[in-house]
Amino acid sequence: MFDRRLIKHFDWILLIIALTIAVIGILNIYSATTANPLYTKNHLWLKQLYWLIIGSAVMCFVFLFDYRLLERWAFFIYGFSMIMLIAVLFWGKAVCGSKRWLVLGPVSFQPSEVVKIAIIIVLARYFSGYSEQAGFGFREIRQPSILTLIPFALLVEEPDLGTAVLILLIAGSIALFCKIKTRLVLSLVLLGIISFPVQWAFLKGYQRQRILTFINPEEDPLGNGYHTIQSIIAVGSGKVFGKGYLKGTQNYLAFLPEQHTDFIFSVLAEEWGFVGSSVVIFLFLALVVRGLKIAIRSREPFGTILAFGISIMIFWQIFINVGMAMGILPVVGVPLPLISYGGSSVIMVMGGIGILMNVSMRRFMFQE
Amino acid sequence: MVDYFRLDIMDWYKRRLITTICLVFAFFLLLFGRLYYLQIIKGDELRQLSENNRVRLQSILPMRGLIFDRHGALMVDNRPSFNLAILLKDTENPEVTVKRAAELLDISPEYFLERLKQSKEVSPYRPFVLKRDINRDELGLIEAHRLELPGIFIVVEPRRFYIEEGVACHLIGYLSEISKRELESGQYPNNRLGDLIGKFGIERAYESFLHGKCGSRYVEVNSRGQVIKVLKTVKAVPGDNIYLTIDLELQHKAEELMRGRVGAVVAMDPKSGEVLAMVSSPGFDQNAFIDGMSYKDWDKLVTNPFRPLENKAIQGQYPPGSIFKIITAMAALEEGVIDRRTKLFCPGYYIYGTRRFRCWKDGGHGNLNVVEALAKSCDVFFYQLGERLGVDVLARYAKLCGLGARTGIDLDNEAKGLVPTSEWKLREKGVSWQGGETLSVAVGQSFNLVTPIQMVSLIGAVANGGIRYRPLTVKRIESSNGHLVKAERPEPMGRLPVSQTTLQIIREGLLKAVNTREGTGWVSQIPGLKVAGKTGTAQVVTIKRKNVEDESEAILHQFRDHAWFIAFAPSEDPKIAVAVLIEHGGYGGEAAAPVAKELIESYLKDGV
Repeated sequence: MFDRRLIKHFDWILLIIALTIAVIGILNIYSATTANPLYTKNHLWLKQLYWLIIGSAVMCFVFLFDYRLLERWAFFIYGFSMIMLIAVLFWGKAVCGSKRWLVLGPVSFQPSEVVKIAIIIVLARYFSGYSEQAGFGFREIRQPSILTLIPFALLVEEPDLGTAVLILLIAGSIALFCKIKTRLVLSLVLLGIISFPVQWAFLKGYQRQRILTFINPEEDPLGNGYHTIQSIIAVGSGKVFGKGYLKGTQNYLAFLPEQHTDFIFSVLAEEWGFVGSSVVIFLFLALVVRGLKIAIRSREPFGTILAFGISIMIFWQIFINVGMAMGILPVVGVPLPLISYGGSSVIMVMGGIGILMNVSMRRFMFQE
Repeated sequence: MVDYFRLDIMDWYKRRLITTICLVFAFFLLLFGRLYYLQIIKGDELRQLSENNRVRLQSILPMRGLIFDRHGALMVDNRPSFNLAILLKDTENPEVTVKRAAELLDISPEYFLERLKQSKEVSPYRPFVLKRDINRDELGLIEAHRLELPGIFIVVEPRRFYIEEGVACHLIGYLSEISKRELESGQYPNNRLGDLIGKFGIERAYESFLHGKCGSRYVEVNSRGQVIKVLKTVKAVPGDNIYLTIDLELQHKAEELMRGRVGAVVAMDPKSGEVLAMVSSPGFDQNAFIDGMSYKDWDKLVTNPFRPLENKAIQGQYPPGSIFKIITAMAALEEGVIDRRTKLFCPGYYIYGTRRFRCWKDGGHGNLNVVEALAKSCDVFFYQLGERLGVDVLARYAKLCGLGARTGIDLDNEAKGLVPTSEWKLREKGVSWQGGETLSVAVGQSFNLVTPIQMVSLIGAVANGGIRYRPLTVKRIESSNGHLVKAERPEPMGRLPVSQTTLQIIREGLLKAVNTREGTGWVSQIPGLKVAGKTGTAQVVTIKRKNVEDESEAILHQFRDHAWFIAFAPSEDPKIAVAVLIEHGGYGGEAAAPVAKELIESYLKDGV
């Protein structure tokens, strides 16, 4: 099964970019957890390192077999992740009012992270079978829409607004990439706007407040807008070279909320300044572009759409998280890939990169 | 064919992917742009904001200067206290927080909500005191429920402590929270809402010395407002200590004598003008002002008919009664109307025009000279002097003796009193002066108004040979480490408008008033000590009546009279001058003289 060409086509650059980001992430988590004695005591940075190692193992495991197996197993994977999502609603562990964790013995896991990959696989399978350069119409779009809306509804129910929005963005991006008729796009947008009041009614109080706060954070500087304002202050106060590693005052004096997960970028920007933040954003850009390049080089639609989906998932997570930290997007809990603390996120991103490498390595199979 | 199609679709995907990469670049450019805007363009501003977040300036209250008596006995101290304060910046819902605090301390939440309203005018970064001086139990409750009270914390501050409640309260005064009006007046540029300042007496007059300089502490705080470390401390400079001219023992004696009476006592060293004791009765508890008094308690103080908040020694204005005869005698002797030997006859009344003015003694005093007239306080004798001198001459002498003007004592709100002249009456009342009124003025009734401090100043000048000293309440001011900041020296304000011969005659009369059997002040005789004094009896109600001269003297001596007694001793080398006023005390000789006697006795017997 192992071909020498596999080694030849191994994407070292992608691996180096990902690992560089992950190492920066661990250093940053070390800094971000200094403010909280509980986190310091539990050595979260060390845990993140373990997650990274496990993630790397998952990555290796993923490119051992041909990625096209995923196409065959797409509905199994999808079905399995849906069961987990339903399970989490019943037996999930609630943290801060949201049921997001599934506890299996000593291991707890966020099924929402798995769902992101599962939806990419299942949509890649669907759209690769129906390549249509003229664009999809309503009839073709019905099945993927249902496939997307089921996990979306389950995620809203948890509630995990961040992942729910992400699922919509990923599915929407894939659908647009595979082309949807302009008329259909316009009518869907119109439908979204018209149904906005209904959606609004479904949102939880804190989610509505977050959106209102995003529109005008100054209105309530000590309440909901506080996080956004403090984050902007943290980012801006880094100036050109930053305050220095472990010297971010917004960070260690706990002015930043969730500074090791949602607002991790603020810590980075405060301590490393424009120079350091630019390097990290540039690495992210390189990661996404590298992933898209793999999609370009792929020789068959499933691989292309799969690589596109994973790249676009990583892209949206970066854009939402960094945009939120800099106050251009509302506060939603979306982890920054490989930088935010969290085992599920790290493992699934590494797994996703494994899929990208798999697609990259096996493109020769179509060379003739 | 299939292959051809596949390549075609792959090329199509490729084109779309290139577009995607362009879009991704655009989105990243947006992130870079925002990063550039925040860190490069707004960097300085946001860095400053992060510093403001982190660094807080706490002011350190200085120890307020202590107040001692002339011998160094401590009268006003500071003690540590715990104040319940709130920092608005650290609390999301201040109403809920203070309600919870009120619940814990069993205080009406309205009080805290009212305080909270006031605190909104203070910067959210400055602690605002909700309740001063909470006790240890309350402190324990607050500490135990800290987590339920975000933004609430305890400030340890020195608190003013008046060691003996009410002793010399009018002289020393009290502290209270600065009012909005005072803040807006611009007189307190270094104070802010919630600060305590001297509001009365020495505490007010010497605020700038007593206050000291606030120190400050730059501290680093976390998002919950907890201090992580102190960055820089500027120590507070304690206020200067004040040594009063008061003799605490004498003050105690005076307070004791005035207990249950309404009026004022001032004792003075006639050779320097230093006030040895000053009592205004009734008094109040100064400590109650610091913690903020309830409206009810405040109302009680304000509406009390005996006016406890007034310092009657310097603010109370009373007709001088017979004390004024000293001035009438001076004027007559100096103007040559009479001399030492001139005798006038008192049949018990005096006919002026168609009116009959009575002497207080029904049978009359018979023939007497000025010394005897002063000793026996004969009204008829002084009616005649007044008639010969005229009101304006009397007024001139009265003014030169310091009446109708502030003595210049270093306390605020001193009253001026009133010296009537014919011109004054025409201007103020629109009626020309009636000759008969001059007779009333000559015996100290009519429109004359004097304060106890003016009277002690007058008798002091008579005692010391004619020099009117400015009354002093502060002897010296020392910095907290014992360096002399300011020493008050006796300050002559003027001389009595009389020769030493005249003064000698007056003193003789005052000596006889106390030391002869017929003298009106005989009650204040002290065996082995030569006390000189003058009684006075003043009526507040009738003085306001228009037709004073129509009333017989007997009415002026009714029981509602205020009793005066002024005295000095020992007469050959005066060491103490005293003025006593008892409101509604009756005859000066009966009500006021014993107080003066006891005071003089206690001061001189204890050896000075």
